[in-house]
Amino acid sequence: MHRLPPQCKLLAVAAFAVVVVATPREALWAFAAYALMLAAVAAAARVPAGFVLRRMAIEIPFVIFAVALPVIGLGERVQVLGLSLSAEGLWAAWNILAKATLGVVASVLLAATTEPHAMLIGARRLRLPALLVQIATFMLRYLDVILDEMRRMRVARESRAFAARDVRHVPVLARSAGALFIRSYERGERVHLAMLSRGYTGTMPVIDDIGASAAQWATAALLPVAALATAATSWSMG
Amino acid sequence: MTVTAGPPSLRVRELAYAYPDGTQALFGVDLAIGRGERVALLGPNGAGKTTLVMHLNGILTPGHGSVEVAGLPVGPDTLREIRRRVGLVFQDPDDQLFMPTVRQDVAFGPANLGVRGAELDARVREALELVGLPEVADRPPHHLSFGQRRRVAVATVLAMRPEILVLDEPSSNLDPAARRELAEILRSLDVTVLMVTHDLPYALELCERSLILSGGVIAADGPTGEVLADAELLAAHRLELPYGFAVAPRPG
Repeated sequence: MHRLPPQCKLLAVAAFAVVVVATPREALWAFAAYALMLAAVAAAARVPAGFVLRRMAIEIPFVIFAVALPVIGLGERVQVLGLSLSAEGLWAAWNILAKATLGVVASVLLAATTEPHAMLIGARRLRLPALLVQIATFMLRYLDVILDEMRRMRVARESRAFAARDVRHVPVLARSAGALFIRSYERGERVHLAMLSRGYTGTMPVIDDIGASAAQWATAALLPVAALATAATSWSMG
Repeated sequence: MTVTAGPPSLRVRELAYAYPDGTQALFGVDLAIGRGERVALLGPNGAGKTTLVMHLNGILTPGHGSVEVAGLPVGPDTLREIRRRVGLVFQDPDDQLFMPTVRQDVAFGPANLGVRGAELDARVREALELVGLPEVADRPPHHLSFGQRRRVAVATVLAMRPEILVLDEPSSNLDPAARRELAEILRSLDVTVLMVTHDLPYALELCERSLILSGGVIAADGPTGEVLADAELLAAHRLELPYGFAVAPRPG
């Protein structure tokens, strides 16, 4: 898993997600099969379950939305633990939860086995627009620099006895954000000068490239193909 | 280092420049730097040092006058070769190091010149060895210390095998040990150096010759020891030696 070229993994995860979303929500067994597949991938990649669970926190807002659905849903009601819930809402919640969870777990596994900059190399190999890939590359490089600048500005504010307590302090924070934006913009100009000075003419030279062999593509295809077989079965049954 | 014959590494003639808003920054700069020389460019803030540096590799276009690098005039059709010949090291290494890993960053310049494959790898290794950091190749730049980042910034231009290395405030923000390490590296390089700095002891330590740029013209040009021993000259151009530091005038 760790050694597979990033472009194979990116495409495999995307294809898996599409197949999962296309599966009818009533085919409960199919979702169990998907979960087993991901568990197998995690085991093969030696990604600990705890790591995956912690990273799944990103899904929490969707969970809250999904939990609300059966309560506010319309149509036929069913009694669960003394609560009157909408059957349609329950199905909708299950649909969102199951599909989102599978998608998130697949993405977490991708992130756990792929360096961020390898992901960008993969994106470029997949012919994503070069400009977007370049922007993402710079974002990755300068995130820490800008966070550091933000931290220094906060320390500078607090050193002069500023504490954000209520809404009256919003203008101060807004001005800080504005200053940070201007500084980042100016840094962008300086970086551009540095790039021009080293012969940049508008396209990034392809420096380290990772080619993928047919065997590697085949390995990466295992997950989406297994998922597709499951989905096809569920379609024919439905 | 020996100064050899041939066209000077850098020749600037009657260079004048005004910014688009009308501010005149340079009023006719003349200077020549021979191959293998190490020269310090001194001057107060606002003297036009950065403006001059931006002309050396064609980022700014002269309003009047000309710049030649090893005999090649700077112009729109020579930009690519000029940018190979002039290695500009910026003051903030975070501006200079923009790629995800050190290796990719050092490779950026030569790759833009069309170098690929084993030759590119060799260039990267050679440049990182010259600055004494071959082991950081696969690290992201933001995981390096500030001194290491400054040295990697030097490596990124050395990988282009420049005719002249132009450094903007190379000693700024360095701790004393990093400052000394950088000096040792700069001294070991077989390349012409132009160093823009306020750090007069650093200029004395590294450069046999100094220029003072003040008010958009070259106000003094001579051996660093003599320039720094002339208290009146320094005072006239808002330059000062650090407290307790004195340069004895050369005898004779």
